[in-house]
Amino acid sequence: MTLTTEETTTTDVRVALPPTVKRTGVLPTSGAPLERPTAAAHLSDEQVHQLGAELDAIRDEVLAARGADDAAYIRNMIRLARTLDVGGRIALAFSKTRLGWAIGTGSLALGKVLENMEIGHNVLHGQWDWMRDPDIHSTTWEWDFVAPARGWQHTHNDIHHTWTNVLGKDRDVGYNILRVSDEQPWKPRDVFNPVVNFFLAPTFEWGIASYDLEWDMVKAGVKSKEEFNSDLNALKQKAIRQVLKDYIATPAAGLLAGNSFKRGLAGTVAANMIRNVWSHAVIFCGHFPDGVDVFTEEMIDGETRGDWYIRQMLGSANLSGPKVFHILTGNLSHQIEHHCFPDLPSNRYIEVAPRLREVCERYGLPYVTGPLHTQLFQTWRKICQLALPDENKAETLKETFLPKWMRRKTAVATA
Amino acid sequence: MKSVAMRAASVFTHPAPPHDFLALFNPLSSARQLRGVVTAVRPETAQSTTIAFRPGNGWSPHDAGQWARIGVEIDGVRQWRSYSLSAPAGSDPEITVTACGKVSAHLAHQTRVGDIFFLAPPQGDFVLPTGPRPLLMLTAGSGITPVMSMIRTLVPKRPDADVVLIHSARDRESTLFEGELAELSEQYDGLHVIHRFTSEDGRIDFSDAADLDALCPDWRSRKTYVCGPSEMLDAAEALWTGANLPDTLTVERFATATYAEVDGATGGTVTFEKSDREVEADGTTPLLEVGEEAGVLMPSGCRMGICRTCLTPLLSGQVRDLRTGEINATEGDLIQTCISAAAGNCHLDV
Repeated sequence: MTLTTEETTTTDVRVALPPTVKRTGVLPTSGAPLERPTAAAHLSDEQVHQLGAELDAIRDEVLAARGADDAAYIRNMIRLARTLDVGGRIALAFSKTRLGWAIGTGSLALGKVLENMEIGHNVLHGQWDWMRDPDIHSTTWEWDFVAPARGWQHTHNDIHHTWTNVLGKDRDVGYNILRVSDEQPWKPRDVFNPVVNFFLAPTFEWGIASYDLEWDMVKAGVKSKEEFNSDLNALKQKAIRQVLKDYIATPAAGLLAGNSFKRGLAGTVAANMIRNVWSHAVIFCGHFPDGVDVFTEEMIDGETRGDWYIRQMLGSANLSGPKVFHILTGNLSHQIEHHCFPDLPSNRYIEVAPRLREVCERYGLPYVTGPLHTQLFQTWRKICQLALPDENKAETLKETFLPKWMRRKTAVATA
Repeated sequence: MKSVAMRAASVFTHPAPPHDFLALFNPLSSARQLRGVVTAVRPETAQSTTIAFRPGNGWSPHDAGQWARIGVEIDGVRQWRSYSLSAPAGSDPEITVTACGKVSAHLAHQTRVGDIFFLAPPQGDFVLPTGPRPLLMLTAGSGITPVMSMIRTLVPKRPDADVVLIHSARDRESTLFEGELAELSEQYDGLHVIHRFTSEDGRIDFSDAADLDALCPDWRSRKTYVCGPSEMLDAAEALWTGANLPDTLTVERFATATYAEVDGATGGTVTFEKSDREVEADGTTPLLEVGEEAGVLMPSGCRMGICRTCLTPLLSGQVRDLRTGEINATEGDLIQTCISAAAGNCHLDV
């Protein structure tokens, strides 16, 4: 039996792909999953169904209310981001003072933050497709971010949003390089958790670009070599243009005004780093603070529409703050609302949030939210704690890292 | 020179094209979508308005009688319709819109100078003959718009022009261009205008030649253009075919007659593969509308099965041609989404 299989694999040049399970957009409205998450275990099937219907009604209401004001909102946002971008580059290249450098860098960073988060992320979700404007559409938009939009849409929209926080399904749980939940078994490399995260923050766009290539899927044989190479090529082309723009052309433009190349380069590197650190912080606060659940595959087997909503609510965390803060986070500060309604225009989350919170209270479900500093602290604390094994910390670490002869010695000592 | 500058600029604007940044200063600048700015708005009748606009780069000057696709935003959603251009060839385009649906009512009543239109270049074969010939124009209602462009183009410039216009409208108040036509016919011998007010005199009967013989006795020797409601076009076609003169008749249709028996036809689930959307559709709604409703960027053109701009590959399943009722289940076939509806489940490559 085994022999035959080996025979075929060696003779067949094509890679056999296991069928990818694709969920349809329509989940059943009745029934129940094999197991409900603890936080929702007190709800009856009927209650879960009712909750699903309530959330559907909220969604329909907002969909029907979309109009000219929303269209004006996204257009103004795009205009603002582009003005900041072009203004920032001009200031960087042609100003002579330190203040000019700071203004240029800040303006460019702010432009990039808006472009990636409030515009790019949300346009690529299809939140603005209803306008039928080919200039602002999920199938045509490309963002000022190293990761090509199409690849990101796959890993983010298809995988992460469908399988939110399901262990073994949602690759965003730790992005394959971090341990962010005690449900993930500890591995020796996890001791580097804080270090990895510390270096991931300022290089986030490169981290995401690499993550979207799905190296792990290629290794598992789920993604073909051809697909991988074509994604890699797209990334190369995009990366070359991004590097050329930010790290060569913009600093070089400064030479025209008699500025040094280094001055411009420092500005663009700083702007990208600010954007990277900011988006990393916001995104990590969306799923990893205390009180956010992860799920097992049993919990999604037979999942109904209501259960899906519950999973999105339990698996996400909001950030509190003033309106301008929400815009700067791309309204990912409304992570719960975004996960329940990923295709509603982002400017509408702010009005949906109190309603969703009320629903959660009424059904006795947690609604995790807090200011950025608290959530960020919890996220970092978790990443540091999870660097170590859950039990027998010292023993396991010694087992794993100490050379054999030292291990024996310590064993004797403890005996 | 310009393209070199653009290429240099694109280094700084990547991944957006430089046009997107130029749009900060020039609302007509776009790499993807031809635009125009409204330069004048003139009411014609209570329900009709003429709108002049200046198109951006990419527009081609129209021939008299041609139409163009115009996109406007209503409640933030882009809507496309086709309109005949009423301005003479060689001048900035104008459309004359009569409020009769959501989009035309918006255009006729809400358009302001400075508004931005989205455009596609002019097209259509409802155009003047290449050599001088005596002409008969048969129009009804807003069907006069392409013919108005022809008259404005031809009559003032050609001393040898010989044009008879028979225009039907409900009454004098709803008649388009009445004053201008009166002036033109007074000024130029080559134009003869007959107004028919249907509320008083009834419609012209095309079932036999009697009405026409009375209005324009030499109609058989004239090259004839007809534009109006489909019943009028069908009747005129029958009359000219009966008179053995089908080649002298040129018809412009504004709407497509749909196959009568499709009412009650069952639809299915339509999957838009590239856009990753799945929607339920009935058997009578054109797939173009189904897609647009779902936020899919559907290619579209005339919306009446003529221009083939909307061609989309059918990956699987079957669709029904709403004009003929014919079922098409050929995988990979390019279908016209504007006149095709779902006939069961189908997958489209868009």
